[in-house]
Amino acid sequence: MNFQDMILTLNQFWGQQDCIIAQPYDMEKGAGTMNPATFLRALGPEPWKVAYVEPSRRPADGRYGENPNRVQHYFQYQVILKPSPDNIQELYLESLRQLGIVPEDHDIRFVEDNWENPSLGAGGLGWEVWLDGMEVTQFTYFQQCGGLECRPVSGEITYGIERLCMYIQKKDSIFDINWVGDVTYGDIYHQNEIDYSTYNFEVANVEMLFNLFEMYEKEAMAVLAKGLVQPAYDYVLKCSHTFNLLDARGAISVTERTGFITRVRNMARSCAQGYVNMRGGLGFPLIKDESKRQQALQEFNEKGGQQ
Amino acid sequence: MAKYLLEIGTEEIPAHFIDKALAQMKEIVEGALSQQRIAFEEVRALGTPRRLALVISGLAEHGEDQSEEVRGPAQKAAYDAEGKPTKALMGFAASQGVSLDNLSVKELNGNAYIYASRLIKGQKTVQVLPEILSGMISALNFPKFMRWGDLDFKFARPIRWLVSLLDDEILPLTVAEVAAGRESRGHRFLSQGVFALASADEYESSLEKQYVIVDQAKRKTQVWQQIQAIAEKNQSTVEPDEELLEEVTYLLEWPTALMGNFKESYLEIPEEVVITPMREHQRYFPVRDQAGKLLNRFVTLRNGGDRRLDLVAEGNEKVLAARLSDARFFWDEDRKQPLEAYLPKLDKVVFQEKLGTVGDKVRRIEGLAAWIAGVLQAEAQVKEDTLRAAHLAKADLVTNMVFEFTELQGVMGRYYALECGERPAVAQAILEHYQPRFAGDQPAASQAGAFVAIADKLDTIAGIFALGIEPTGSQDPYALRRAAMGICQTILAQDLPLNLEDLVIQALSQYTYVLADEAAAAKVLAKIMEFFAARIRNILSDEGHRYDVVDAVMAVPFARIQQVKERAQALSSLRQHTGFQKLLAVFTRANNLAKKGEGGKINPALFAEEAEMALHAQVLATQKAIGGVKEKEGLAGVILSLSNLADPINSFFEAVMVMAEDPAVRANRLGLLQAVVDLTKDVGDLSKLQE
Repeated sequence: MNFQDMILTLNQFWGQQDCIIAQPYDMEKGAGTMNPATFLRALGPEPWKVAYVEPSRRPADGRYGENPNRVQHYFQYQVILKPSPDNIQELYLESLRQLGIVPEDHDIRFVEDNWENPSLGAGGLGWEVWLDGMEVTQFTYFQQCGGLECRPVSGEITYGIERLCMYIQKKDSIFDINWVGDVTYGDIYHQNEIDYSTYNFEVANVEMLFNLFEMYEKEAMAVLAKGLVQPAYDYVLKCSHTFNLLDARGAISVTERTGFITRVRNMARSCAQGYVNMRGGLGFPLIKDESKRQQALQEFNEKGGQQ
Repeated sequence: MAKYLLEIGTEEIPAHFIDKALAQMKEIVEGALSQQRIAFEEVRALGTPRRLALVISGLAEHGEDQSEEVRGPAQKAAYDAEGKPTKALMGFAASQGVSLDNLSVKELNGNAYIYASRLIKGQKTVQVLPEILSGMISALNFPKFMRWGDLDFKFARPIRWLVSLLDDEILPLTVAEVAAGRESRGHRFLSQGVFALASADEYESSLEKQYVIVDQAKRKTQVWQQIQAIAEKNQSTVEPDEELLEEVTYLLEWPTALMGNFKESYLEIPEEVVITPMREHQRYFPVRDQAGKLLNRFVTLRNGGDRRLDLVAEGNEKVLAARLSDARFFWDEDRKQPLEAYLPKLDKVVFQEKLGTVGDKVRRIEGLAAWIAGVLQAEAQVKEDTLRAAHLAKADLVTNMVFEFTELQGVMGRYYALECGERPAVAQAILEHYQPRFAGDQPAASQAGAFVAIADKLDTIAGIFALGIEPTGSQDPYALRRAAMGICQTILAQDLPLNLEDLVIQALSQYTYVLADEAAAAKVLAKIMEFFAARIRNILSDEGHRYDVVDAVMAVPFARIQQVKERAQALSSLRQHTGFQKLLAVFTRANNLAKKGEGGKINPALFAEEAEMALHAQVLATQKAIGGVKEKEGLAGVILSLSNLADPINSFFEAVMVMAEDPAVRANRLGLLQAVVDLTKDVGDLSKLQE
């Protein structure tokens, strides 16, 4: 199965489970969790099911295309099921079957791994899924997001699709993955890895990036003050990526580091609260059962929003 | 007699949660059954990653009845002049729910009272058991809890099914919106999935047919036997590793061992580097030849049968190969520059936000280690090695290898130091300065290693305490307790004549930038000494000293930890000695009286009685001799010679009225008793010792 077919298969499978098949969010981010389709939608009482491919950028992980397993840009396949259904593990295993991985032929384990993202104020408990000893998926029950308790809890499944594909295609290097026809992953992305590694580590204009961080942060808070949650969140994502670039450039000293993370977290937290208030103001329209919707609204109003 | 089964079916519970959860389940249910007086033969707790189960055998149908007697009004108040029951009596009987015929009269302290005898019926097991079980499930304590779906219920991982069977009947029970039934689930991939259990009795055998060995002890034995067998078949051995074995046992339900290989050339890198990714990251058992030499093989366990074991082996080999390839790259890369060259990077790594970087810490370790080597008048070479080791102790933290495999801190420091031509003693001290790493680990064996180990650990304690952070209960994020224990063990193991307080003062002197002034420093010093005292108490208790001995030796000041230990050993060994017992019998009285005096100078001219002159003479003789005794015979000798004071003290108390009317005479006698007490201070506060 080629890389492209894997994505199509997963889209097909999760689409059949009534997941919205979303497109990647058009902004740089370190992980699929930061897509508003996860970070914001995991908040509040409304149900939500979504699946999407997310390009993930981690400037510090670049290796100039020389390491067969490590790159600064890769893809995650992200699924959110909210509330987490009782058969979530079975669904996941079924999706592996669809990819041609017969669990009976392998050793599949759910090994404890808890996930935490301090700059998003988010964390959860779950596992990394091992396929014959290789970590291929991160499986998390969100407990907190943007500093708020998640009620209901979202189940998050994050496939490392390159890893899975390398396994399925028996390739030792990410760049040898067959994408489609005779085109490889390396054909498409290898030069990018070299160029971005060079840019991230050597070229990025540090002074400009520091300025941008300040500007983005100001804009995020100003936009949020006008109650425009997602436009504000866009600037939080920009701040986060700018911070990652500065970090890769080695421009952030140890003492400054926690300060920057706290600034991003505070913005993310404000967006999270703003989002829940906004959805409450709309009457939580995604809750289609009228009595449940009324109940959720009543709880929301009793708390006076989630301030 | 019935058999009961509870199975809590879950998603995969973390391996290290399970053993403790099972112990709690057993303890809570046994306690609750006993409280209800419901008899049972045995409660077994069984578990795998996907189920926590309880099997109660020989379970009685109901609790035993218990009769209880309740005292009512006095007989005088119970009947009126005509012998008829009074209101008080009738009220009492009604309140106890008994008829007047069931009352009796009994004497208490010479008065006659009315007693009601009441029978507390034992409750039916089927009625109380569900409550006991749901209470137990809610009471289980896991290191971490989670919620799932839209429930508020918290558990280690989501609960997906419940089996509750009393013999062959379902005993209804609902937890986390899951209603119990007889449907269990077998192995995720090998079994038919959901299957019905006919009775509690067939639990283990039915599960085994569904490819689940639910008894952890049995599973563990099988895992180990399979490992042994596969090693033997390949003319190799696997060393026992209890911790890994237990973890692996709780990671699977149906074990099948398999052996994999890796490129022989990876054996050229240090053994620890090869073993760490295998053991810590992949939970593989390393394989050795009969002579103990590491082989390019590993044993791993699959949660399943032997179908396509070749694929499973191939996959695992691939993962390990990638990790070992990284490791070799790090090994080659890290050695391109000497260890010293990594030091500037330490100034970019935070040790603690408010205490600065690891680079700052290294400079403090150097200062403190040099001070220790100086105070102990170490040889010039040891001093030099200590300084060099302190300088390089943390350099490996910023190497690629330790960044990736943090468990290898110190281990890599040693290798890299040797590679770049440092003296072997320096390399060894770098490794040893992390010791003891865990409870039961050896403290540093070399002098330089010990000095740097003490300096590193004490610097952390001093810095964190200076910030006002102290370990409380289970909260000890900087592992300060282990650090303090480590310091004590290191000092004791090498018998280093270090004054603990001086040492702490020295460590704190490097934190003037955190401590506001001398008063603040004094406060922190007191806190740290208290903290150490608690650790020393632990050490003494662990060595088997009774709590009163520990109290006695810790009640008097000490300079060195060894002193405390010697005192405890002397007291413990002589606590039963007849002479010493005699001394103890009179000591408390002497001690209490002495407190009333001012402890002034003794004036022999004021002694009137023979007994007090005799005691004085004995005190003087002991004072004079005790230094020599201590030197020759140790504290045990001191205690024995102090015991000779017992008889003169006894005679003193018999013949002399201590609290004499004449204030001068009184003060003199109290002073004499104080002199007795003072003599014992070097051993401990004897008044703390119990009979």
